[in-house]
Amino acid sequence: MIQTRTLNAEAARADFPILGRRINGKPLVYLDSAATSQKPAVVIDTMDDYYRRYNANPHRGVYAISEEATAAYESARQRVATFINAASPKEVIFTRNTTEAINLVRYSWGRANIRSGDRILLTEMEHHSNLVPWQLLAQEVNATLSFLCIDDDGLLELEQLDRQLEGVRLLAITHQSNTLGTINPIKAVAEAAHRAGALVLVDGAQAVPHMPVDVQELGADFYAFSGHKMCGPTGIGVLWARRSLLESMPPFLGGGDMIRRVRLNEATWNDLPWKFEAGTPSVAEGIGLGAAVDYLTQFGMDRVRSHERTLVDYAMEKLQEVPGITIYGPRDSEIHGGAISFTLANIHPHDLATLVDREGIAVRAGHHCTQPLMDRLGVAATTRASFYIYNRVDEVDHLVSGIQKAQKVFA
Amino acid sequence: MSDDLYREQILEHYKNPHHFGELPDADITQEGDNPLCGDVITFYLKLDDGRLGDVRFRGRGCAISQASASMLTDLIVGKPLQELKTFPTKDLLEELGIQISPARMKCATLSVNTLRVALNGDAPEED
Repeated sequence: MIQTRTLNAEAARADFPILGRRINGKPLVYLDSAATSQKPAVVIDTMDDYYRRYNANPHRGVYAISEEATAAYESARQRVATFINAASPKEVIFTRNTTEAINLVRYSWGRANIRSGDRILLTEMEHHSNLVPWQLLAQEVNATLSFLCIDDDGLLELEQLDRQLEGVRLLAITHQSNTLGTINPIKAVAEAAHRAGALVLVDGAQAVPHMPVDVQELGADFYAFSGHKMCGPTGIGVLWARRSLLESMPPFLGGGDMIRRVRLNEATWNDLPWKFEAGTPSVAEGIGLGAAVDYLTQFGMDRVRSHERTLVDYAMEKLQEVPGITIYGPRDSEIHGGAISFTLANIHPHDLATLVDREGIAVRAGHHCTQPLMDRLGVAATTRASFYIYNRVDEVDHLVSGIQKAQKVFA
Repeated sequence: MSDDLYREQILEHYKNPHHFGELPDADITQEGDNPLCGDVITFYLKLDDGRLGDVRFRGRGCAISQASASMLTDLIVGKPLQELKTFPTKDLLEELGIQISPARMKCATLSVNTLRVALNGDAPEED
């Protein structure tokens, strides 16, 4: 049973060893959690403990430490299932990251179900990881891609959704834009897609770390996310899908662990979830993700979300006062997650990011793996500040004063 | 080397770039970009009896990429093409006179790489 704990950024900071670092003589102000979150000591220690005390290949050994490793790895899967309210841990497939989870669907479900002339519907705000796999599949099977457009506030234009869903086999959509911060109305969109006979894949990389996500309530068919953006390690991600769907799908990667019986010329497949997990898994990373889930659960994802809303509201207010700034995405934190993109009139995002780094502030500058969205916004790059449980409002003030200093350099 | 990435001379070149614009009768027009950063530069080269008779550039991007292009035009105008085909990156970095971090090196060298593509058809040497 996980003890509940009040979310207080100042107290939470003490859990993250890296936040004690100084950069260029200044305390690290880490505003790039949308790229990867920092890791609490409990996650680092849990992985360290695995390597020091019970490192063994799971699912195979009959000896003590292999059984311990299997139990810890499968317990992590159970906790992830509970965290996203999956009906069963069998529906939680461990992958390397969100990208691999989406590619699993492309290769397994996609190749078996998308035919010549079929349509795949995406949005203009997708991360390359939820765009390029579908471009490749479409080229392979001669399917076509179409796109839901965004309006000038960075919201999806959904007035024509029913018409746009005609003939669509798959809708692939991000839950929260990593660039704009926009939170998309997944439940309503998924209902419309199902009425049209399409399946729905949701890129949840920016959602699961930051808000309560209930995959059954959302009604998606596939839901993908990464461990490293939610206080967990790199190298572990999740594909969730309904059990019946997963059972109907052919395997993704072939190899050890995913088989039941192998003969020279054929093989049969293991049960879920292992059917989709070929080879020795990322054991330490899976166990680390379990610890990250426990860490977030003690606060409660409602509290994580409301903490970030406070930061977004404050940042919107302060950033709007900066002369020459353009902020992208919706202003209302009700539909805006903890990532804010902006540009300045006379300073390129890379120059800004370099200059605020002098003040110890880490922000992202670039296209954020959303080049088509950059084209839509008419910019080559933006600066993005993104928040998490350990960020305080005074770090927004540091960012604003860092921007003002940069503006003096370029004045 | 100065550790001030945004020393006065860089900012001066960024705000008032030398040889900025186009040459309508250019013999070679070459575009180069850093897809990762979105920096873009186009060189317009006018050849004159084995030398670079005149040069202009257009571009958009960070201060480092644009200042470096401006400085490069000062270094290359009037020089023999044979020499420019192997123009050393380090000469441009010395002219920039600042410590360039690995993350920003592509910005600093976009101009010289684009010049090499313009004169050789590809960009050999270091980057």
